[in-house]
Amino acid sequence: MAVGREVMAYDVVVVGAGPAGLAAAIRLRQLNGALSVCVLEKGVEVGAHLLSGACFDPRALDELLPDWQARGAPLHTPVRDDGLLLLDARRAYRLPLPPRLRNRGCHLISLGQLCRWLAREAEALGVDVFPGFAAARVLYDADGAVKGVATGDMGVGRDGKPKANYQPGLELHGRQTLFAEGCRGSLTREVFERFDLGRDAQPQTYALGLKEVWEVDPALHEPGRVVHGIGWPLPADTYGGSFLYHLDHRQVAVGLIVGLDYRNPWLSPFDEFQRLKTHPVLRDLFAGGRRIAYGARTLVEGGLQSLPRLTFPGGLLAGDCAGFLDVSRLKGCHTAMKSGMLAAEAVCAHLEAAVAGKEVLTYPERLRASWLWQELHRARNIRPGFRRGLWSGLALAALDTLLFRGRAPWTLGHRADHLALEDLSRHAPIAYPRPDGVLTFDRLASLQLAHVHHEADQPCHLQLRDESVPLTVNLARYGAPETRYCPAGVYEILPEADAPRLRINAANCLHCKACDIKDPTQNIRWTVPEGGDGPRYGAM
Amino acid sequence: MTLLVLADHDGQRLDPASRSVLSAARQIGGDIHLLVAGSGVEAVAREGAACAGVSQVLWADAPHLRDREAANLAAQVLALAPAYTHILAPASSCGRDCMPRVAAQLDVEQISGIVAVHGPDTFTRPIYAGNVLATVQSRDPVKVITVRCPAFPPVGEGGAAPVEAIPAVPDLGLSRVLERRLDDSGRPDLGRARVVVSGGRGLGSRENFQALLQPLAQRLGAALGATRAAVDAGYAPNDWQVGQTGRIVAPELYLAIGLSGAIQHLAGMSDARVIVAINKDPEAPIFQVADYGLVADLNQALPELLAALG
Amino acid sequence: MKVLVPVKRVVDYNIRVRVKADGSAVDLADLRMSLNPFDEIALEAALRLKEGGLAGEVLAVSCGPAACQETLRTALAMGADRALLVETDVELQPLAVARVLHAVCAREAPGLVLCGKQAIDDDAGQTGQMLAALLGWPQATCVSELQLVEGRIRATREIDGGQEILETRLPAVVTADLRLNEPRYTSLPNIIKARKKPLDSTCPAALGVAVAPRLQILGVSEPARRRAGVKVQDVAELLEKLRQEAGVLQ
Ligand SMILES: Cc1cc2nc3c(=O)[nH]c(=O)nc-3n(C[C@H](O)[C@H](O)[C@H](O)COP(=O)(O)OP(=O)(O)OC[C@H]3O[C@@H](n4cnc5c(N)ncnc54)[C@H](O)[C@@H]3O)c2cc1C
Ligand code: SF4
Repeated sequence: MAVGREVMAYDVVVVGAGPAGLAAAIRLRQLNGALSVCVLEKGVEVGAHLLSGACFDPRALDELLPDWQARGAPLHTPVRDDGLLLLDARRAYRLPLPPRLRNRGCHLISLGQLCRWLAREAEALGVDVFPGFAAARVLYDADGAVKGVATGDMGVGRDGKPKANYQPGLELHGRQTLFAEGCRGSLTREVFERFDLGRDAQPQTYALGLKEVWEVDPALHEPGRVVHGIGWPLPADTYGGSFLYHLDHRQVAVGLIVGLDYRNPWLSPFDEFQRLKTHPVLRDLFAGGRRIAYGARTLVEGGLQSLPRLTFPGGLLAGDCAGFLDVSRLKGCHTAMKSGMLAAEAVCAHLEAAVAGKEVLTYPERLRASWLWQELHRARNIRPGFRRGLWSGLALAALDTLLFRGRAPWTLGHRADHLALEDLSRHAPIAYPRPDGVLTFDRLASLQLAHVHHEADQPCHLQLRDESVPLTVNLARYGAPETRYCPAGVYEILPEADAPRLRINAANCLHCKACDIKDPTQNIRWTVPEGGDGPRYGAM
Repeated sequence: MTLLVLADHDGQRLDPASRSVLSAARQIGGDIHLLVAGSGVEAVAREGAACAGVSQVLWADAPHLRDREAANLAAQVLALAPAYTHILAPASSCGRDCMPRVAAQLDVEQISGIVAVHGPDTFTRPIYAGNVLATVQSRDPVKVITVRCPAFPPVGEGGAAPVEAIPAVPDLGLSRVLERRLDDSGRPDLGRARVVVSGGRGLGSRENFQALLQPLAQRLGAALGATRAAVDAGYAPNDWQVGQTGRIVAPELYLAIGLSGAIQHLAGMSDARVIVAINKDPEAPIFQVADYGLVADLNQALPELLAALG
Repeated sequence: MKVLVPVKRVVDYNIRVRVKADGSAVDLADLRMSLNPFDEIALEAALRLKEGGLAGEVLAVSCGPAACQETLRTALAMGADRALLVETDVELQPLAVARVLHAVCAREAPGLVLCGKQAIDDDAGQTGQMLAALLGWPQATCVSELQLVEGRIRATREIDGGQEILETRLPAVVTADLRLNEPRYTSLPNIIKARKKPLDSTCPAALGVAVAPRLQILGVSEPARRRAGVKVQDVAELLEKLRQEAGVLQ
C-alpha cells in the first residue's frame, strides 16, 4: 500500500497542534519566514482533543508573542485567590501554600481556546495547520533517519479493506520532524523504542486527569479563584489531587488527577472523581449548577529524571510527549510551549547553518541554558516522593520545596506504572456509590458531554498484541482493571454464558491514552483512528 | 379565524396523521376546513366530514392530483389560501414536500413540525434533532404549519360537515411519479410503528430473540427493535437498532425487554408515549424512564404475557 | 450545465448542544462548526455529476456570517469550482435564504440546484422547496438515487413507508437524503488547492433581498426528562395498567 502515495515536502513537519507544536511552528516562522512548516492535528479542529486545567503561567507566551493581549489572546481570568486544602471524608483543612503552588500572575484559561487562537496566529505567519489529519506512521530514509510521517488512510473498513470512499493517506516529508503529540504520543512511542530514547533516563510515570466544566450559581462563583485539594477521595497510598478553577461566564472547572502507579486494581479513577464532587465543602457549588463538559487525558509526571533523549536523526521531541511538565506546579502548558520554542530555535539554526548530520544536537544544550531547565530541576523530587504514599510524599515535598527550594542534594527515581498493579486478591473491592444524576453520573452519560465520535466501520484503533491476555492475565489476576481505569467505558467484559469475552467499544475512546500506559502487560497499544475522530471538546 | 387542513391519505382512507393535525387545529381555535385533494377520493372526503371539529370539507378531484405531487398540490392549496388565517398539514413526506412551496408563494415563513400550540401565532417545535425545543411566534399574516403528529391525540368521529366539490387547478406538468414502492413486509416500519418491542443483551441469544420477541410482536402488531449491544452480539440485524446511532422512534407503546437502558438507547426512544420495562435487575437504568416496570426473568414473563394477551 | 449547491454552516452533528442558562438561545460558544451533512451529500452528488460529464461548473453558495468562508473552503476542497458568500450577520430563516438563493440563481442561471433535505440545526427542511416555488421549478425532495436521463431528472425519493420514483423537467431543485451517497474525504493537496479557488462575496442588500426574520424565537428549552413510573408486581397487573390506565392496549 505504501507505493505511489502522494508526497508533500516541508522544511519542518510538526505532529500535534497543542501548545508545544503551535509554539514551535510560530517560532520557526518568526525566525525564518522562508522555512515551510506544517502542523498535523488528529482532532477534527484544533482544540478538539486538548484538555487541561488550566491554570496558565504566561511566561513562555510573553516570550513568544509579547503583545498577546493586543492580539486578543483568550486569557480573561487572572488568578485572584489561591488555596490548598487537605480533604478527609467530611472536612477540609486549609494548608499553607507551598511557594511553588502560588499562582499569582497566572491565568485561568481553556487550553482549547488558547490553542485555537495560537493556530490562527500560526496561520497568519504562513504555517499550514491541518486539523482532521492524524499522523499514523513514521517514515524513515535509507539511513534510518526520520524523514517525515504518513497520514492515516481514510475509508478503510473494519475488515481492513478499502471502502467506496477510500482515500489513501499521504507522506509528509520534513527536513526535521517535531513530535509534539502530548502525553504518550503514539508515534513518539514508536521513535522512543526505535532509537531507545529512554536509555539514560528513569521510566516515565503518568497520571490520569479527569475533568468536568460546570455552570454554577452566580452567587457562588468567584472568577479567578483557585482551589487545589489533596487527600480524599483517593486512598492515602494513591498519588493524586484535585483542582477547582473558577473561570469566567459562571463556569467552574473541576478535576481529579490520579497517579497511574496505583496498586489496587479495584480503583476506578472515574468513580473517585464522581465522589469528589459530593464532598461537603464542594457539593453546594455543584448542586445548584449544571454540568456542561466532561473529558479525560493523561499527563506526564516523571520530571527531569524521566526526560528522554530529545533528538534523533531527522527528528525531535517537545512538550508532554518528551515529559516537560512541572509536577510541583501541575503545569505543563508553559513548559510545553517553551520546549517547542527551544526546539524551533535549534532546528532553525541547524537548517540555516546547513550543519552536517540529521540530528539537532544543540536542542538539549539550549534547553540546559534556559529557565525551563531550572524550573524542572527544582521540581524533580516532588513526584517520586509520593510513591510511598501521601504522608511521606507531603513531608518530602514540603522539605524539598520549603527547605531546599528544589535544590535538595538527592534525586529520587521512578518505576514504570504498568508494573504497579497488584493481584486482585490482595485488595478488598471498593464499593462506589451509584450515580445520583445530579452531582454524579455514569460514564456513558458523561461521554455525551465529550461529543465523542468515531466512524464505526474502521479497524479497531485499540490493538491487542495477544487476544488471549485480557482474559488469562487481566481478568484472572487483576479483575479486568481496564474496565475501571478507562474513563470512557471502552473496555467491557461480556459475561457470555459459555465464556467471558472482552468487548472494545472503540467508538467511545477519549484518546486519553491511559490504557496504553496502565495495561499490566502492555498488551494494549493505542493507535490513531481516522483523522477527525475522537472527542470534540469545546473549551477544555 | 378560519383554518385549512390539508389531508393526507392513500387514495382510499384518511391517514390517521390528519386526525392529529385536526386536533392541533382545534387547539388553535376557529373554523376548520379540510382539503381532500386526489383522484377518486370521495370516500376520503366523506371520512373527513365525519371527523370531530371539521366544519367543511373541500374536495378537489383530478387525475393529476392522484400522486399529490408537490407543485400541483401546492397550487391547489394556494388557490384557496386567501380565505384562511392558518394552513396546516402533517409533517409527513407529503406535507413536508408541499407546504414550503405554499409558504414561499405566500411570502411567509413556514413553522415546521410543531409539537405544541400556545395560541394562534405561537408554537413549540423541536430543533437540533429534538434535543432542544424552541417556542416561536410568527408575525406573518398567514401561518403555514406542519404538525408532528404523535404530539397531538387524533380527533375521533362525531362531525357531520358538508362536502363541497371544488374545481381542481390545472396540471403544471412539472414532474410525475413513475412508481411508488411501499414496504409491505406485514410488520410496520420501525420508525412509524404504533408499538415497538425492543430487546437487549438480556435476551441472551439470537434464538431467544426470535423465540420470545417475534410472537409478542406478532400479537401486538409491533415492529421489532434492538439495542446496540444486542446488535453487536449478533442477536438482531443492524436495521433494528434503536438509539442515538440507530433509529429514533416515538411509538404509543415501547416494550423494553432485557435491556439496561444505556443513555444512547434512551436517546432513540424516550419520546415514546408509554414505556414498559421488563428486566430482572431492579437497578437497571431503564426503570428510571419506564412508566411501568416489571422486575422479572424475561424467560418466564414473556410467555406469560403472550398467554395473557390470548 | 452549471450546478448550484447551497451549503450551510451548522454545529458539528456529533455535538449535543445545550441551551443557554437564560433560555434565550442555544449556546454555540466554542463548539466546532461544520458543513451541514446533508449539504455535503448534495455537494458530493454534484461533483459526481460533474465527474460523469453530466454537469459543468459546480458553484457552492453560503449565506451567513463571515465565518461561512470556512464552510465554503471545505466545499472548494471537496471539489467545488467556485464559491460565493452572501454575507450577513442577521439570523437567517428559510424563506430569507430561499429568496437570497433565488436572486443568486437569477445571476448565475444554474441548470440544477442540489441542496440538503434539511439543516441539522433548525431542522426546518424547507429551503429547497421554497426556492423551487420562487423559481417556478419542479422539485425532487429527500432523494436517495439520482439520474439525469435525456434532459430530465429521474429521482428515487424516500417517502413515508417506502420510496417513489419521480421524473422532473430541468431546471429543477433536488434535495439530498442521507442515502444518496457517502461523501468523499478532503485531502491535504485539495485543501491547499482550494485556497486558490475563487471565493466571491456579496450581501443580501446588493442582491436586493430583505432578510429580516419573520419568526421570533421566544425561548428555547431542553425537553423534560422522563421520570420513573411505577413498578408492577406481575404480568396480570401490567396488562391491567396498560389497558385501563394507559389505554394503549385493547
Ligand atoms: C487534567 C489536567 C489538568 C492540567 N492542568 C494544567 C494546568 O492547570 N496548567 C498547566 O500549565 N498545565 C496543566 N496540565 C498539563 C498540560 O495540559 C499539558 O502539559 C500540555 O497540554 C502539554 O502540551 P503538549 O503540546 O505537549 O501536548 P497536548 O496538549 O496534549 O497536545 C498534543 C496535540 O497533538 C495531537 N496529536 C497527538 N498525536 C497525534 C498524531 N499522531 N497525529 C496528529 N495529531 C496528534 C493531539 O490531538 C493534541 O491536540 C494539565 C493536564 C491535565 C490532563
Ligand atoms: S480506550 Fe484507552 S485511550 Fe481510550 S479512553 Fe479508554 S483508556 Fe483512554
